[in-house]
This record gives sequence, C-alpha cells and structure tokens, in this order.
Amino acid sequence: MSVSPETAGAGVAALGLRREAEGAAGALPPLLVAAEQLAATVQMGGHGRRRAGPGEEFWQYRPAHSGDEARLVDWRRSARADQQFVRDREWQLAQSVHLWVDDAASMRFSGAPEGRRARPAKAGRARLLALALGVLMIRAGERVGLTGPLAPPRPGRAQLLMLAQMLSAEEDAPDYGAPDVAGISGHARAVFLSDFFGDLGAIEAALGALADRGVTGVLLQVLDPAEEEFPFDGRTIFESMTGALRHETREAGDLRARYLARLAERRDRLAGIARAAGWQFSTHHTGDPAQGALLWLWAALERGAR
Amino acid sequence: MTLIGPLGFSTPWLLLGLVALPILWFLLRAVPPAPIRRRFPGVALLLGLSDEEVQAERTPWWLLLLRMAALAAAILGFAGPVLNPVTTGPARGPLLIVEDGSWASARDWSRHIARIDRALSEAAAAGRPAALLSLSDPPPVAPSFAPAADLAAGLPGFAPKPWEPAATLPPLPAGDFDTLWLSDGLAREGRADLAAALDARGSLTVWQGGGPVLALGPAKIDEGAVTVPLVTSAPLTLPIEVAAIGPDPAGIERELARETAAPGATELRFELPPELRNRVGRFEIAGLRSAGAVSLTDDATRRRKVALIAGGTAREGLELLSPTYYLDKALAPTADLIEGTLEDVLAAKPDVIVLADLAEIPEADRLADWLEEGGLLLRFAGPRMAAASEEGDMFLPVRLRAGGRSVGGTMSWGEPRGLAPFPEGSPFAGLEVPPDVAINTQVMAEPAPELAERTIATLADGTPLVTRSRFGQGEIVLFHVSANAEWSSLPLSGLFPQMLERLAISARAAAPEAGDLAGTTWVPQKLIDGFGRLSGAEEAAGVPGEELALAVPGPKTPPGLYVAEDRAVALNALARGRVLAPAEWPAGQVIEGDAAPVQMPLKGALLALGLGLLLLDALASLALSGRLRGARAGVALVALAIALGAMPQGARAQETAAAPEATMPELRAIEAASNVVLATIATGDAGVDRVALAGLEGLSATLAARTTVEPSAPMVVDLETDDLALFTFIYWPVTADQPAPSPRAYAKLNRYLRGGGMILFDTRDADLAGMGTATDAGRRLQALAAPLDIPPLAPIPPDHVLTRTFYLLQAFPGRYEGTIWVEDTPDATEAAEGMPFRNLNDGVTPVVIGGNDWAAAWAVDTNGRPMLPVGRGQAGERQRETALRFGVNLIMHVLTGNYKSDQVHVPALLERLGQ
Repeated sequence: MSVSPETAGAGVAALGLRREAEGAAGALPPLLVAAEQLAATVQMGGHGRRRAGPGEEFWQYRPAHSGDEARLVDWRRSARADQQFVRDREWQLAQSVHLWVDDAASMRFSGAPEGRRARPAKAGRARLLALALGVLMIRAGERVGLTGPLAPPRPGRAQLLMLAQMLSAEEDAPDYGAPDVAGISGHARAVFLSDFFGDLGAIEAALGALADRGVTGVLLQVLDPAEEEFPFDGRTIFESMTGALRHETREAGDLRARYLARLAERRDRLAGIARAAGWQFSTHHTGDPAQGALLWLWAALERGAR
Repeated sequence: MTLIGPLGFSTPWLLLGLVALPILWFLLRAVPPAPIRRRFPGVALLLGLSDEEVQAERTPWWLLLLRMAALAAAILGFAGPVLNPVTTGPARGPLLIVEDGSWASARDWSRHIARIDRALSEAAAAGRPAALLSLSDPPPVAPSFAPAADLAAGLPGFAPKPWEPAATLPPLPAGDFDTLWLSDGLAREGRADLAAALDARGSLTVWQGGGPVLALGPAKIDEGAVTVPLVTSAPLTLPIEVAAIGPDPAGIERELARETAAPGATELRFELPPELRNRVGRFEIAGLRSAGAVSLTDDATRRRKVALIAGGTAREGLELLSPTYYLDKALAPTADLIEGTLEDVLAAKPDVIVLADLAEIPEADRLADWLEEGGLLLRFAGPRMAAASEEGDMFLPVRLRAGGRSVGGTMSWGEPRGLAPFPEGSPFAGLEVPPDVAINTQVMAEPAPELAERTIATLADGTPLVTRSRFGQGEIVLFHVSANAEWSSLPLSGLFPQMLERLAISARAAAPEAGDLAGTTWVPQKLIDGFGRLSGAEEAAGVPGEELALAVPGPKTPPGLYVAEDRAVALNALARGRVLAPAEWPAGQVIEGDAAPVQMPLKGALLALGLGLLLLDALASLALSGRLRGARAGVALVALAIALGAMPQGARAQETAAAPEATMPELRAIEAASNVVLATIATGDAGVDRVALAGLEGLSATLAARTTVEPSAPMVVDLETDDLALFTFIYWPVTADQPAPSPRAYAKLNRYLRGGGMILFDTRDADLAGMGTATDAGRRLQALAAPLDIPPLAPIPPDHVLTRTFYLLQAFPGRYEGTIWVEDTPDATEAAEGMPFRNLNDGVTPVVIGGNDWAAAWAVDTNGRPMLPVGRGQAGERQRETALRFGVNLIMHVLTGNYKSDQVHVPALLERLGQ
C-alpha cells in the first residue's frame, strides 16, 4: 500500500490539531468540570441590589430634582403628567467575594476512603463547593478571588481557571489551618470553608478584624460523618493527620459521649462568633450531597447582600 | 497404654505439657491485645480525655481461660486418649461356652456362632478343653469337657430353639473353668443365679448382641381391626415393618398387608377387609429372622361370615321373640353377620348359614352345592319346623317326627328337662352344663341306627338335643330347640355362646382359658423353628387342651399352630404376658459384643475442640480490640452460628406449624352468605374445573330465569379454608387422580352433610361402573367418600321427591343418561291414598351420586350458549333441557326439602279448610 505525500501531510496536520485540543482540554481541571456541573444545578436569578443605582435594569420613575441632568428626564413618562420624571435604574454592583478553603492536613481526612460507600476527603468537598460557588458568582458577574494575596478577586471566566489551579495545588500543611485575612478589601464578602478543628481564637480574631472592615460572609464547617459519630471501640491510638498529635485510649467507645459534647460545644462557639460578626454558620457532612450545601451557600450570600 | 479410669493414653508423657499451662497464664496475662492506630482529625477534641473504666492493661481473664482451654485440649488430644480401651489378658483352664440359644438369639445367630467358633479356635490353639451348654436345650447331665476342635466340628448343626431357657439351673461340669456366656440380651428369671454360679468357678465373660429384642404378641381383633402387640426390650428408635402373610385366593402364600410401626409404638393395627383378615396366617416383623418375630394367628383373629335367616317376617316390637335375636347377640361380637334371604346370602359365600325355624327351604340346589363345598349349616327347630317336618327335607341330620314334644308345659305332666353332661367325643365335651338350663319343647328324631353317633348333645332323658351329620364336605347341625327362649332357656344361658364357639361358628374373643379347651386333644399342625420358619408337624404328639391353655412355649409344647377339629389355637414363641427387658449384669462384669462399651479414640474430638476454641479466641480478640464492627461482626456471628450447628430452621418450622389455621377471607364469606351460591370443588384438573364452574353458571342462569331462586355467581370451594356452612349445594366432579381432602376437611364435610347440605358426586363416566370399581373415577369416588358419613344409598325410586320438586321428571340425564343414587328410603311406608307415590315426609338426601356429567350439559360459555354438545340433534337438545330441569329440581330439593312430599296432605287440608 502506497501513501501519497498529500495524504501524509494531512495526517500530520490532524495529529497536531488533536494534540492542541488535548492540551486545551487539560487546561480545564477536573475540579472545574465538577464545579461547573454542580453549579449548573442552581437556578440563576438577578443579582440586583434592590435599590436605585447604576445598572441596566429599570428600577423606578421618580420626580426630577434640581440637579438632574435634562438628558436623564424620561420624556415619554413626563409627557403624561405635569412634572418631569427621571428613570432610575437598579444599582447593579459587582461584589468581591473572597474564598478561603482550609488546606490543612486535617482536611485530607475521609472516614471511608474506598469501598462501595466511599466518601471524598473533606478538602475535596470544600474545594468543590468553593469552586462551584465561584462559578455561580462569576456567572452573576461578581468578582471572585481567594483570601490570600495570590489570587485577588477578578471577574471573568479566566479567573475560574486560576481559582481551579490554586485550589487543586497540594502542599504540605500543618494539622490545622487559619484564614489569612490581610488581602480582603473592605465591604467585600468572604466564604470560609474548613473543619474548624484548629484554634478558635484565630478564627475569632480574623472575623473580628473583618467585621471592622465591614466584611460579611459565611462559615461552612465541613465534617466527615465519622467525625460526627465517633464510631470507634476498643483499644485505640488516635493520631492527627500529620502524626503530631496522638491520644491513646483503652476503650474508645467510652469517649464517644464526651467527644460529641465537645464537638457540639465547639459548634456553638463557632455559631456565636459568626453571629457576633454578622456572619452565617452552618455544617456540611461529606456523606451528604454537595448540592444542598451549595444552595445554602448561595442563599446565605444572597441573604447577606440584602 | 496407660489407663486412667476408663481413659487410656497412647503417649501419656505428653500430658506433662499441662504443667506448662500456669506459666503460659502469666505470659499471656502480660501481653494485652494490641491497639489499633487510627488517623483521626478530631483527636484535637480528644486531648485530655481519660478512660472512664479503670481496667488493668492486661488480657481479660475469660480470654485467658479460653486460650488455656484451647491449649489444654490440644495437649490432651496429642496425648492420644482412648475411651474404653480394649485390654486382653491370658487365660488358662477348661472353657465352658454357655449359649442362651433362645429365639431372641436367632437374629444374631451367625454372630453367635462366629464368636463361639473364635473362642473354640483360640481354646484349641491354647490346648484348652471346652464344652458347650445350650440353656434352651439343657442336657440331662453336666457336659464334659472335650477337645475344642471336636466341638467346632459340630457347630454348623447348632440352632436356636423357638423358646426361652427355663429358670432352673442347668447341670454344670465339676471343677474350675472359665466361662464365655453368649447372652440373647433379655432379662430372665434365674439368670443372676447362673451368673453367680459360673463366676464362682472361674472368670465369666459375657458376649451380648446389641439392639433391642423385638417380638410380636398374639394378634387379636379390636374394633374391627387386627391389633398385633409389639413387645420390645427397649423402646423402638427406628420404624419397623410388620407384614401379614397368608394364602392369596389361588392358595399361594404371599404378603397380604404391611404396616409400619413408628418409633415408640407398642401395637400395630391392621385395617383389613374380613376376607383378607381371615386369610392371614401369621404376622412377621419384616427382615427379622426370629421365632419371636412371628405371631401365628388362630381363631381369635378369624371371624366367620355367618348368615342369619329366620323363617317368616319379623314381628316389629317383639324383638325378644324374634328367632334370631339371641343368635344375633351371641354372634355379633365375634362374627360377621349377614342378613337377608337365602338367595342373597348364598351369593356372599358365608362360612356358616344359620336357619332359625325355617321349614321350607328355597334354592335347595344351591344350598346343597354350598354344603358340598364345605359349608356349615346350623338349623334351629321351631313351631314351623315342627309343623312341617315331613319327608323330603334333605337338610336335616336326622329324620324328625311330625309334631314337637312338649315337656313341662302347662298342659303336660313332665318336668322341664335339663341337659345331660356332654359325652366324650362330642365337640362340646368338657363344657360345664349349668343346672338351670331347662328344655320345655323340642322336636323329636325318628329312631334310626345312626342316631346315636349323630347325636352330640342329649337331654337328661337321653333324647337328642343337638345332632349333626356330614353333607359332602360340609356339615349340618340341628338344635332340636328353637333359637329363641320360647322352647328352652338354652339361648339365655352362657352355655349357648360356648356351644356356638365349639362348633367353630363364633370365634374366640380372647386368649383361650383352660375351660375353653378342656376335654379336647390338640395336634400341632405347624411348628415354628428358632428362626421363625414354619414347618409341618406330622409326627408330633397331641397335647391335652387343659395343658395347652396354660402352656408356656418349651420343649414339650413347641410354639406352633394347634388344631382340634375345626378349631385352631396358636402358641407363639413369645410366652403370653412376657415382658421383655434388657439383661442386667452384675457391676464389673466383662461384657463383649455390641452391648459392650465401644473403644473410642478421643484425639480427633479434642483437637477439633481446641481448634474451635482458637476460632472463638480469634473472634473474641477482634471484638476486644474493636475490630469487629458492622458487617464484619454479622459475618463473624453467622460463621459462629454455623460452627455451633445452631441453625434456627427447626424453630422456625415449628412456628409455622403452630400458626393458626387458615380461615375464610371475610369478603368471600359475605359473598357466599349473602345469597344462594352454587359451589364446586376444585379437582386439580383444569379442564374439569372449568366445565364444572361453567355448568354451575348455566344452572344458575336457568334457575334465575325460570324460578324465584336467583343464585349469585358460583364459587369454587376450598375445603381446607372455606366455611362450608355458607353453601347450600356442592357439585363434586370426581376425577381419577384427585387428591383426598385432609382429615380436617372431612370433619367439615361431615358437619356440612349433617347440617343439611347436599353434595352431588359426579363420576362423569356414564355410570359405566354401576357404582362399582370398574372405572378409575368410580374407584376414586369410593376412596374419597369412605370417610364421609353417608347413609345407605339406593337407586332413586320412581316416586322420589326429586322427580317432582319443580318439574315432573322420570330421568335425570346429564351428558349421559344413567341412574342416580340417593339416600335409601325406609320400607315401611304405604302409598298415599290417591297419589302415585309413597308417604315419605322426612329428610333431604345428603348426597346424590351419579355419573351423568351434568356440569357438561349445563355448561354455558360467556355468551350464554351451550359449551359442549349433548347427544345428537333435537333429541340431544331435549336431553339438555331435561338435564337443566334435573338441576332445577335438585336445587329446589335442597332449598325446600320435602315440601313437595307434603303435597299429599293437600286434599286433607283442603277438606279441613272447607269445614
């Protein structure tokens, strides 16, 4: 079988095209795909500020005051009355949203890493929720970024790729993390996703500083069901994810009630901190579908915007 | 081998390992179960929490004990323990072999012989002299010791006897000797004495076969069934089969019936038809070769077929004067009575025909034929015979004088006469003559040369009371008095049934008493050998009846069948009243054979126990360290349950068995109760069931169209669950392979029939069988209907109320046309005046039986058109119409009872109304 030079040239061109396509597809991280899918389940609505201001949508007619420019007068409306009316538009302002996904080692825990009822690690679920929220926000025209200095809020889909890459990066981290709030501008919104097993003082301080700057936001505690139920018995040595902390017990089952009491107390305290700062707090378990948490996050941001 | 009690160890030094167990205890205690390492972010919350329960950081004591037990089991197992190890010792001196040699040994006889043979060959090898002593057949003098090899040569001819050893001590050889006693395993009087005597002379070894000894007691008749007691030395653990053996109609001996005795049973019941029952010669435990397992039958299980025929019609209300009343009372318990005309009973081939005061004999030729073939004709005199005794009555043993003789009556001078003692040679010889029997009137025999030899009983004055003569193969016996109490008080006395029994007319009810057999000589006809085989006994001597009645089977009265004249008495190998019990030997007695404790190595069991304990230990360790959770715990538990063999299925089965019985669904009951509903019974044959239901639909439609009965849709009745009281009429098509209802269903059916319900049985075979067994369906009907309370049936009489409950009918066709059977009507009813039918007022026939396939004639399809063709052309349609009319009449009969019969009273009622 002979191959003509023209045909061979066409084959090389096709190969190149395919390579480029694969490269482009590779640029879209799987996390982003999952986040897009998750975000697609949330019905988009208007993101207006429910008050007059610069924007596209009609808001109301109001009588013209002195100082209103003549070009602002809506002559069609004014012709039906004795006075001039000005057509107000709804104030549509792009918000800055800062996302903080705890990248501490404790977030890499999953109570059931494999098997039929495998659950993702807490970090994976938190990243997915954060990016899906980011997708929704970008779609609504907001500016989304991370809390750190590396990714300040920006609009546009290009920012999504940036976020996906930043979130997917795996780094060595201490057992428990704390948010870096230095990069958050005033009157922005913040979303903190963590298991909040670390020092609550850091959280309290961060929220206090942010509240001073007029930043409101959401705390979402992401927990594995195993952490919620403590289904352990017998002689056990518990170790933190890095191995820095350890606790040995002869009968783990005896600790269950006290552990759960401590967990509840910590949650109460978190809720109190959030309330004091005007933030909202909720808990999400990795055993549940992500969609519920995303809806709650979306609605919580909506509520906070009002 | 080292012995510790009944336990022996093959490698006892391994037991030293047990000493190491306490050391192991300390070692194990020091090592607690290893903890699990878990990664857990929530550890931050756990910091500072201390364990509530203060538990030593050591293995729990029960886990330790488990491990120690496992190890101990392993050590013991490897030490090779054996329970009841066999140890043998040397022996010297002469050897006496004692053999029970009874029927109970016969089962294991080959093993007995093998054991004797072995003992003899061992003795021969050791140069010991030996002697053999059979307890059932003891020699008159003590046996002398002989070389063992000589005795072994005589062994093949050694056989068990069909009786048991006597209680007396047999003569024993002098001097000291060792004894091997081969026991049959039965406790017996004198056994302990003999054991003590033998033990005093030297060492005694007992060999005993295993398993309970089984024997059959004498069969007797109980409530129409033959019961055979089953005597065992220990309760039965396995079912055994007992066969009834006797000649078939061709005279060839074969098995006639077979029953299975469940474990724990003490009696077997054979429900046999009389013809079969009378042929049974013996009962045998199947597969058991022993005289005890054979139970010969005699008169006690034989019931003669006796036909009672009285002259003239019965005078109602004068029962005590009826010629057959006392005969009936005397014979009914022990014989099968047939009543009817001579013509009818001859067809039934009775053993005995009793003619009570019958002078004119119809069917003389056939009666003569029957006598020639061996029948027994028993005649009683009476007024008619006295009046008619002329020449020509060939069925009399002696010629009679005309007219009777009255003694001791009001118009005569003489005293009533008593009976003379029975002469020797008479069948009544030995019977006690009660002094109060008095004869008032008798018929007199003409003096003749043969009169004396034909007379078997006389009055005190020498006139014959009972005479008899041969007639071909048969025999004629004449009582010269009447069978009722008019002529004599003989029928009132206890002598009367005894005389009937001596004549072999009635059978003995129970075991023979000495008095029953007194004065007779009994010759053995068949004898049983030790293995239960029957053989003829031509050369055997006769036994006086008094001795036979008391006899225990033994050398003088070997078990067998003893015969005197026409009577037979069985003497079975199992003595009467013998209770079997396992032999008990003094404690410490060396016992060989199956009864001896079996040598049992315990190594495997102990090692398995150790392994099982280790498995438990693994599970317990997992549970302790918290590794046994969730599904894994379930799997472990299931595995444990299987390992322990504790499958809960048995319990579940019991629960379902105890579940409440199924009841009728309420909606269905309401539907059945709310209106007249015709019902059919599911036969299991889909085609028949479909046609039956369609037939009832057709009949329902016809009823609704023509009468005021408007039935609901017909239903298929489930006999097991449905309440039959809600149905008025059940159509039961009978198929050849229909399953029989359960006993509970039969109880319901009987209640239903008693409560006024009606069942129409339809064999659908055009009545080819004539209610016999010629067709499969007919046979099945007989089997199905046997447990039902059905009154006597008769072909429908032409004046039955079914012929006129709605339509006037004379035929009751379905697809076929045959007669039908209904409840028999009482005879004593006269025809109603001016009416073409009798005056019958009571009762609705509970069953109607026929084979006309009515459902097929009634059946309509969903469009109301006939489903199946009937007959041919117009005539066929006419037949279908008649079939429907029969159906209407039948339902009307069910619903209105004999309302139409009461119409006979209409003229009388009208007349009264007119007044």
